[in-house]
Amino acid sequence: MTIQQIVFIVFALIITAGGVGVLVQRNPLYSAFSLILSFIGLAAMYILMGAQFLGVIQIVVYAGAIMVLFVFVIMLLNVRDDELHPDRHKYLLYIGVPLGLGLIAEVFYVVTRVQIAPAITDMHATGTVGTVERIGVGLLTEYLLPFEATSVLILMAVIGAMHLAKREKE
Amino acid sequence: MVPLSWYLALSAVLFTMGAVGILIKRNVIAVLLCLEMMLNAANLALVAFSSFFQQTDGQLLVFLVMVVAAAEAGVGLAIVISVFRNRETLDVDESHLMKL
Repeated sequence: MTIQQIVFIVFALIITAGGVGVLVQRNPLYSAFSLILSFIGLAAMYILMGAQFLGVIQIVVYAGAIMVLFVFVIMLLNVRDDELHPDRHKYLLYIGVPLGLGLIAEVFYVVTRVQIAPAITDMHATGTVGTVERIGVGLLTEYLLPFEATSVLILMAVIGAMHLAKREKE
Repeated sequence: MVPLSWYLALSAVLFTMGAVGILIKRNVIAVLLCLEMMLNAANLALVAFSSFFQQTDGQLLVFLVMVVAAAEAGVGLAIVISVFRNRETLDVDESHLMKL
């Protein structure tokens, strides 16, 4: 077992623990903190795969900006624990968990059965593809139109969020 | 090296946890958090394929997914604030009218 595999297992356990924490926590604030833990593990995974730029962006944008927005809204609304009617939706647990197990069984079946060409599975995840240079060149040449479209999308999101959250004047 | 299938298995586990969370959670903010988890599972699979096939396209797609996720979180949380102001609850079952 190489050092990369040990690192993978450690961070996979962190990611899975964070995800389980999101599911079992009653308080949404603790769920958000568990998800931040999970995102930091994912950033480590990206760096392990040689995607340095996305690893940094994962921490700055996801674990930083987006999750701070979530935590801010949770604290602003001062939500209490979400189980006000504990027994009313018990059956959802009995439906959701078997459905999830079925889904994961299907995905594992597909992942183990699909044959990828051996030359590609042996290919090492070296770190030249995820550098800032390669990402920047790709964004400003081949993916220029989607890149510009995202700026319009962000502008629309800002205007929409301001309009929706605005207090109506009486 | 870590095989590609390990990353895909982790991605599957993360995606399934997000899907189960959307099914069993009743708080709308917790549902949005589980949605973010599913987006990240897809991102992990994209980065894994991108780095194993030595193509940059997957990582560019992940970049775009992150932008869309940021926009989604901003608008979604604005809607949550607006709904909470009118209904005083975050239970998704209480908000069954298409009305803010």
